[in-house]
Amino acid sequence: MSNYLVEFNNISKFFGKVIALKDVTMKLKKGEIMCLLGDNGAGKSTLIKTLSGVHKPDEGEIIVEGKKTIFASPKDALDMGIATVYQDLALVSLMSVTRNFFMGREPQKGLPGLKTFDIDKANEIASERMGQIGIDVRDPSQAVGTMSGGERQCLAISRAIYFGAKVLILDEPTSALGVHQASVVLKYIVKAASQGLGVILITHNVHHAYPVGNRFTVLNRGKSLGTYSKKDISREKLLSMMAGGEELSKLEVELKEMDRISKI
Amino acid sequence: MSIKSKSIETKKKISKDERLKRISRFRILLNRPELGALGGSILVFIFFGLVAGDTGMFSAYGMMNFLEVSANLGIIAIAAAMLMIGGEFDLSIGSMIGFAGICIAIPAIYWGWPLWMSIIFAFSMAVLVGYFNGILVVRTGLPSFIVTLAMLFILRGATLAITRLITGRTQVPGLRVLIENDPIAWIFAADTFKWLFTWLGSMGLIALRQDGTPLATGVPASVLWWIGLTILATWILMKTRYGNWIFASGGDKHGARNVGVPVDRVKIGLFIGTAVASTIFACVQVLDAGSADTMRGTLKELEAIAAAVVGGCLLTGGYGSAIGAAFGALIFGTVSMGIFYTDVDTDWFKVFLGGMMLIAVIFNNYIRRKVTENK
Repeated sequence: MSNYLVEFNNISKFFGKVIALKDVTMKLKKGEIMCLLGDNGAGKSTLIKTLSGVHKPDEGEIIVEGKKTIFASPKDALDMGIATVYQDLALVSLMSVTRNFFMGREPQKGLPGLKTFDIDKANEIASERMGQIGIDVRDPSQAVGTMSGGERQCLAISRAIYFGAKVLILDEPTSALGVHQASVVLKYIVKAASQGLGVILITHNVHHAYPVGNRFTVLNRGKSLGTYSKKDISREKLLSMMAGGEELSKLEVELKEMDRISKI
Repeated sequence: MSIKSKSIETKKKISKDERLKRISRFRILLNRPELGALGGSILVFIFFGLVAGDTGMFSAYGMMNFLEVSANLGIIAIAAAMLMIGGEFDLSIGSMIGFAGICIAIPAIYWGWPLWMSIIFAFSMAVLVGYFNGILVVRTGLPSFIVTLAMLFILRGATLAITRLITGRTQVPGLRVLIENDPIAWIFAADTFKWLFTWLGSMGLIALRQDGTPLATGVPASVLWWIGLTILATWILMKTRYGNWIFASGGDKHGARNVGVPVDRVKIGLFIGTAVASTIFACVQVLDAGSADTMRGTLKELEAIAAAVVGGCLLTGGYGSAIGAAFGALIFGTVSMGIFYTDVDTDWFKVFLGGMMLIAVIFNNYIRRKVTENK
């Protein structure tokens, strides 16, 4: 039995002639936050979809809790406890907090054949769960549209955890958020990991990833540039590894040069 | 452990923050989709109470009149509302009414089927048409507006062509004699609560005919269908898992699909719902008139959608109520009949209908903005 929750070994994915992913390897332990960093077009979206069962990898293997598996569908991945929270969050803003929380998995009561949606129990659970994250929903029948972006993100994560996620794949959870909201979401992610979940945090924002991540994988043009523990790599190094890093340092040199010239 | 203590700090901060943003009771009330239609109904009744209070509009006979018209519209409006909440339209409702009427009349008159069998036949055809509409929308991904617009023409044309082919004309009369002794026709045709009206008549509380029977003989079956369907639809929407799936499918079908809602199945079910409701409408009308006409139900789909919109349904789906649609139908039914009791020319009814719908859409749009953009 391996001590990894989930392993993705040498994953490759091709779309016709395009090599979207080549030999990407990621391993995730319990309670660990693994950050997947990459600029736009680095292959993050393809990788997420492969990890969550939307795409089937063309090469490589997926091992969940020591067992080699193939995800036939996103539902398959979900059944094995690998839950993905996409950027759109799968929340309906016109629906209430409770109805969103239990969307597709409503608790029922009553006789078989005449079951009703147990809205009281659902309200209670939704309030309790949101309370645990520090979001006070006094009225769980309020529409999700009235919540802030950070609260919505937390709701989506909280829902995934409630429904038995062991591995959380979070797609850019902080990209649309302000500084304060982003820190609330990041704290919640740390808390979730401290309770024993494995988290794969996908982002292009090193400043959000570095404080919370345990290990970092950098993706560039469909290939992994390696995985590093936090102690082995600095924030600046990570930043420069992502595509655009060299360009930024070049820009710095050029600016210095301009500065020098103007002084003369 | 510093993280934990920090997170407790934020907890307090957030909950305080939330309290500032709490929505007012007024807005919670405004958020109920049926509010507009309920208010509108009250206004309409106040208006006719003042203008036509002493004309007999609110006698038992007058009331049964406008309630029956409201009920007929209500039956299809409720189904249209559920479909709209599920994010789709059905423009073939009116054509389905004509088609269903012919499905009842031709087998019963020309093929010698017992009436109950032709009624069951009509409902089976409705399920097929609804399923076909649904599967076409779901599989092709085309807007339901276009798909069901095509179906509007196809069904109406087929109704006309088939009827003329079999009967040589466009109307099929002669059903009245078949209604008596039929085991199920009474579900759609019978007046109910006759005993109550007879008793009220004998007490001198409602108007009587020359022979002593009350002028209003009972509550038309369609009124009970209207009330029953409103209760059923509201129960489904608010109290069942399927109801949650309807809101989710209409609100955001991709999101709903991602969390495991069987969006396609939900939508197909709702299309079957509108076709079946159209058939209930057709049964009531055909059995009441004793004849079927190929042009029955023309433009009814638009009236049903108008009633649903006045009832608070958003055209973009995901929001609305069956109770609202029932009240929307009540408004239209009351005005369309009530206008006869006033000095206003009946030609103005459609102006009212359009104006009412416009106000409702503007109001609904405002509500939606309040609900979704209040961050």
